[in-house]
Formats: sequence, structure tokens, C-alpha cells
Amino acid sequence: MSTKTIHTEEQIWEFIREVTDPEIPVLNIIEMGIARGVEISETGKVLIRITPTYSGCPAMNAIEKMVKEKLEEKNIEDFEVKLDFSEAWTTDWMTEEAKAKLKDYGIAPPEKTVSDDDFLKSLSGTKIVPCPFCDSFETELQSQFGSTACKSQYFCNSCHQPFEHFKCI
Amino acid sequence: MSTETLTKKDAFKIYLLRLADDRLILGQRMSEWCGHGPVLEEDLALANMALDLIGHASSLYAYAAEIEGEGHDEDYFAYFRDDYEFTNLQLCELPNDDFAFTIARQFLFSSFSYYQYEQLKDSKDEQFSGMINKHLKEIKYHLRHSRDWVLKLGDGTDESHKKIQEAFDELWMYVGELFFTDGVNEMMLAEGNGADLLSFKEEWKKLVEDTFTEATLTVPDWDQFMMKGSRGGMHTEHLGLMLAQMQFLRRSHPDADWQ
Repeated sequence: MSTKTIHTEEQIWEFIREVTDPEIPVLNIIEMGIARGVEISETGKVLIRITPTYSGCPAMNAIEKMVKEKLEEKNIEDFEVKLDFSEAWTTDWMTEEAKAKLKDYGIAPPEKTVSDDDFLKSLSGTKIVPCPFCDSFETELQSQFGSTACKSQYFCNSCHQPFEHFKCI
Repeated sequence: MSTETLTKKDAFKIYLLRLADDRLILGQRMSEWCGHGPVLEEDLALANMALDLIGHASSLYAYAAEIEGEGHDEDYFAYFRDDYEFTNLQLCELPNDDFAFTIARQFLFSSFSYYQYEQLKDSKDEQFSGMINKHLKEIKYHLRHSRDWVLKLGDGTDESHKKIQEAFDELWMYVGELFFTDGVNEMMLAEGNGADLLSFKEEWKKLVEDTFTEATLTVPDWDQFMMKGSRGGMHTEHLGLMLAQMQFLRRSHPDADWQ
């Protein structure tokens, strides 16, 4: 019987940094704010908590599988990947670096969430989102929903490009 | 079920199933639009909302199964119950009809859900309030979407105005049930995990009426005949037909797996 290597939390974080979002491959699941926590038990068992971005996100199963495969690839046998619903995911968990990468990828990044107290009053207004390609503010909302639940669709009237905006939730 | 025999655990499970059933059934209806939307953007929007609603149902069912503690999972509640065991609002099971009808139904449900969830989000049970907070963020997008369309269709062409007005007229007898309460609600409220439906009824009506005014629509009679019984398992003929389609594959191959 081989002796079991006990990994540190830092090592595990480094491993899961290699797991990218299947829908947005320029971001890893730490930058996305999907990986919420790593714990190592006394026996060396690795517990990873992940949270879905949207309730019905079809990428969630894929991400869970990719995390498991990554751990197996690193020869970790004793682990558990747990879905954590205790705190609702927010785009505020995305790092500034991640938002810059999103913009480079052609997706207008989410801005900081604002207090929801005025939600009902805000129903009539539309938000101005700058174009990720030419930075113009001459853009218009085409649809609240885009190719995935987390994105809405805009059109830039300056460079005449359609683009997606990562919804701010 | 009489309240005398109702335990806190039973009440929580029933409450979760009611919330989940509304969302599964409406989500399934919305999913029927996939590939049939009037324009590509709306096809995506309706399919995305269906996905959200089914996602909400899935987490609520999973928690109901956990509380029940009899080894069931979310699929059990979705696929292995018959129509009389479903406690969703009749509003949610009605066939899609045309786009105006779908939007009108979605607006009524999303606006109601918004107020309901605003109360549920402060529930004492942390696992429950955690999922509610997540769903609420998505419901806001649903409400914004359907409200925009009510305005566009109502204050649009003569034809679109006529269609959305007729849709609301037809749907009106199903709105009474939104505010149905019984011992289950009372027990949940007493435990700090429920929504006090009557407390926001007037506010909700005002949101609906203000939207109608802006959309140049006429508000139907709030005191007209209203359907009832769905929280006790009474449904229109449409639910059984929908379940037959939704459940047959799972029931034919109960052990089938995606692997």
C-alpha cells in the first residue's frame, strides 16, 4: 500500500485553477467565482465546494465532472465535490482581471451590482452598456436573454456589431 | 390535510412542493416554445426562462426530498407522481396558445413570484433562503422581460393590443388562486419560513394595474368568478395530457441514465 500524499489547500486551488468554464473558456472557475471553497480533512480528504451561476445552468454538471477529472488526473482519490447553495452567486465575485479577460473575449463584462431596493422603479429604464469592441455608448438592448442564461444581447450602433453582455446579478 | 395532523416537517415539504410544482409545470410549458419562437431572440429568451424555472424546481424538489427523508430525489417528484398529486397553480399548466397568451401568463406569474420571493428570501432556514435568493435574481429578469412585452404588445398595433387583452381576459379567472392560503402557509409563516401572501396583494395589484394603464389595456374585473382547488390537486384537463408527454419516457425506462 502506497503512502497517501496529503495536499495543502493552496495546491488544490492551483489544480482547480486549470479548470475553465466550458461556456467561457477564457475564464477559469476561480475567476468566475464558481469555486467557493477548499477544505482538507485530517485524513487528507479533499472537499471542494462549487456553486452554480444560474439555477438552470447546463454547464454545472460539466464543471462538476471537470473538477473531478482534474483531481483524478492529479492522483487524488479521496475527494468530494459539493454543490453549495448557501450563498447566491453574484457577478461581484468575478475578479477585475476576469472582467478584463471577458472584454477581450468580446463579451461586455458585468458592472458592480447596485442595491435592489429600487428594482420596481428601475423596471422602465434600460441600462447603457458600452460596446466591448469599440467602447461606444451608442448601443441598444436586443434581448434580455442571450446564448446562455447569464448573457443578454446588445447591438452597437457605432461599429454595427452585435455583442453579448454578461448580466449583472 | 387537516392542520391538526400536520407536522412542521409535512408543512415544509408540502410548501416546497407547491413552489416547485408551479415552476416545473410552467417551465415545461415554456420549453415547448423552443424552436418555435416568433423571432430568434425570443426563442432564446423563452427557452432560457424555461431553464431557470426548471432549475428552481429542481433545487426545491431536492430539498423537499431531503426534508421528507424517504430516499426520494427531485426526479421522483417530477416524473413519478400523477396529476392529482401535483399542487401547481392552474395558471401554470394552461397551454401556451399564442405568444401574447404566453407573455400575459408569464407577466402574472413573474410579478407574483417577485413579491412572494421578496418575503421568502428572509426565511430562517438558511438552505431555503439561500436558494430563494438565487432564484429571485433570475425572476427579476423574467419580470422585466414579460413586462416589456406587455407594454409593447398592449401599446402596439391594433392586432397585438387585441391579442394581449384577450389573453388577460381569458387568464383572469386563474389569478384568484395566487393568493390562496391554508394551514400549510400559516404554519410556515409561524416558523419564519413563509410568505404572507395577503400582505402584498394590494401592491401586486397596483403593479399589474399600472402596467395595464401604461400598456393601454383594460384591467378585468377582480371580483369575477375565480377557479380554485389546485393547491389540493384539482386541475384542468391540460395537466394530465402534459404530464403524459413529460413523464412517459422516464416511466418506461425508470433506470435510464445519462452516463
